[in-house]
Amino acid sequence: MRRHLLSSADLTRDDALLVLDTTAEMRALADRPIKKSPALRGRTVVNLFFEDSTRTRISFEAAAKRLSADVINFAAKGSSLSKGESLKDTALTLEAMGADAVVIRHGASGAPHRLANSGWVNSSVVNAGDGTHEHPTQALLDAFTIRRHLGDIDGRRVAIVGDVLHSRVARSNALLLSTLGAEVTLVAPPTLLPVGVESWPVATSYDLDATLPKSDVVMMLRVQRERMNLSGGGFFPSAREYSRRYGLDARRMAQMPDDALVMHPGPMIRGMEISADVADSDRSVIVEQVTNGVAVRMAVLYLLLSGSSTATQETPQLATDHPETDPAEADA
Amino acid sequence: MTTYLIRQADLLGGAPTDLLVRDGVIADIGDIGSSAGAEELDATDLVALPGLVDLHTHLREPGREDAETVLTGTQAAARGGFTAVHAMANTDPVADTAGVVEQVWRLGREGGYCDVQPVGAVTVGLSGQQLAELGAMADSAAGVRVFSDDGRCVSDAVLMRRALEYVKAFDGVVAQHAQEPRLTEDAQMNEGELSGVLGLRGWPAVAEEAVIARDCLLAAHVGSRLHICHVSTAGSVEIVRWAKGRGCNVTAEVTPHHLLLTDELATTYDPVYKVNPPLRTRADVEALREGLADGTIDCVATDHAPHPSEDKACEWSAAAFGMVGLETALSVVQQTMVDTGLLDWAGVADRFSRRPAEIGRLGSQGRGLQIGAPANIVLIDPAARRPVDPGDTASLSRNTPFEGLELPGRVVHTFLRGVPTVADGKLQ
Repeated sequence: MRRHLLSSADLTRDDALLVLDTTAEMRALADRPIKKSPALRGRTVVNLFFEDSTRTRISFEAAAKRLSADVINFAAKGSSLSKGESLKDTALTLEAMGADAVVIRHGASGAPHRLANSGWVNSSVVNAGDGTHEHPTQALLDAFTIRRHLGDIDGRRVAIVGDVLHSRVARSNALLLSTLGAEVTLVAPPTLLPVGVESWPVATSYDLDATLPKSDVVMMLRVQRERMNLSGGGFFPSAREYSRRYGLDARRMAQMPDDALVMHPGPMIRGMEISADVADSDRSVIVEQVTNGVAVRMAVLYLLLSGSSTATQETPQLATDHPETDPAEADA
Repeated sequence: MTTYLIRQADLLGGAPTDLLVRDGVIADIGDIGSSAGAEELDATDLVALPGLVDLHTHLREPGREDAETVLTGTQAAARGGFTAVHAMANTDPVADTAGVVEQVWRLGREGGYCDVQPVGAVTVGLSGQQLAELGAMADSAAGVRVFSDDGRCVSDAVLMRRALEYVKAFDGVVAQHAQEPRLTEDAQMNEGELSGVLGLRGWPAVAEEAVIARDCLLAAHVGSRLHICHVSTAGSVEIVRWAKGRGCNVTAEVTPHHLLLTDELATTYDPVYKVNPPLRTRADVEALREGLADGTIDCVATDHAPHPSEDKACEWSAAAFGMVGLETALSVVQQTMVDTGLLDWAGVADRFSRRPAEIGRLGSQGRGLQIGAPANIVLIDPAARRPVDPGDTASLSRNTPFEGLELPGRVVHTFLRGVPTVADGKLQ
């Protein structure tokens, strides 16, 4: 794998499969009584969050801690960031502290690229969501979740529904799932599909009802009101009309094939893009997505950090070719 | 005042000729035997052009002297072969009164590197609400003739109509930054395939083209002179061509960066490529070059926009718009227009000296290389090639998008009314 994870486009099919296989091992670790491996002992992971995101930060924090890394949480509020310190100065500070990996969430598209490519830091950079660009670990956890339920992703039909324009989750999933051989269809009102979407490796549709019967997975996206207002607003006439045309309720869910999955990256707006009964139904794997998120982030941190030249003397205990090794014992 | 005898310069790229510069004017052209007391300058293999005139320069003074001053900006201009620049109005305070434009004008005179012709704001504080005192600026010592809210579009159709009409009283021109504001709220880059992939909010071509179309129709309706700043799309070229065909008194400029660079560069997320209007597609670049070659676009203007490093060493959406360009402009024009065969050097002299001086009504500039004209002359070595080094500049700012590119051409000497401002590539 490369040194950074900035975009799903960075992942070849083999890279992606390696992450998913490693995730399976990490997930097995979570089922053990002691959920900890010493693999990243002595390494420092910084969670640099410029945007509020409790769930993603906690997920990365849990992932790093289960691998025994030291974790520093650096949040925009209550730190020098709110005093106007720049991304560059923050990066230089982190570098001076010796961070091995920086997990960054930022409101500006491309901020992780800047961090990785401007020579400000030498650490690995993991994109935990940047503006309306990408959120690659979300896509990996979604792919993992699909694979766990439906097996091979090759040939699976995935509908990604809703505010595609403002969704980093949609971008990362469209790229990753296509790389893995899925047939992706983006379903949205025309106002919420990006200009140039015809060049993406996906199909598009304005008609949710026509797409549902042909979908093995239906991934609902949150309607991002805050970003809509920034770009002029008025993307659809009313919440009621949006919900009527693009919301997933029990009636619509009934059109889906029997074993089809319902997914949502969270946070959900119940009653808007998804009805409460669908979110809580047995088709929904929304809660499991969160669990898998920790395992996928463990796999990403492990793969990015355990092989790098600045690794500690210690041999990583959780090597992918020794799945029988019990990390819990090694930690003892 | 020193008399100079310039030997064997290729006049507008033509045959080697001697030029005699005496008392600030071109005293003689041709095969000149000798001239008593004249300092001889060997210009073999150098091309002689009239001093360049920039219709669109941000000198930042007053207000942002950390980015540029009138002195450093005009020094950069001299190094780029310019003998006149139009200083844009978006300073702090805004150049919307006679006092501010006179200050900028005077600073230019004191520096002596380049004529500084201030551009006046169209509206008070560039706020798009109420006309600034255009007449007072026109009547001031600065003699303002070009008015622009550059950076902001005069989007209100009535206000634009009034401005176009009003400046007729003193032969002024309104230079429009064409950008429909509602279509470009928080826009970051050209809207197209890449903006969708990169997650950067799009700046659609139509937001420029719609305003240009409207303003051409307005200018024709009220019989006024209109200038379009930094045209950036193929559609804009089409509209200007159509308007000129109908007899509309419209002129247009294109920047060097829009003649060379494309939106592909945004994939780096490096804000040195962030500019307004944004870099467009390859097809737009081709159309702009064609438009400049056939005269649809009247002139090249730099939109030199210096910014301190902290305004660019950040994430894309937080960064300032703009690029420096005075010292690379002629090289980019050589690369994109001359070396491609689209324009000869006489054409460059027309688009980069005569036409902009005419649009700006600068009587002493853009008069060409002829006996009796003010000795505003630039001598360039078209065979030189150099990688662009951001540090090699007289500007206070380093935000060049051409870093590392190898560009042709080098300014060797610049004369402002017979006085060398640059000699052997060095500022005087």
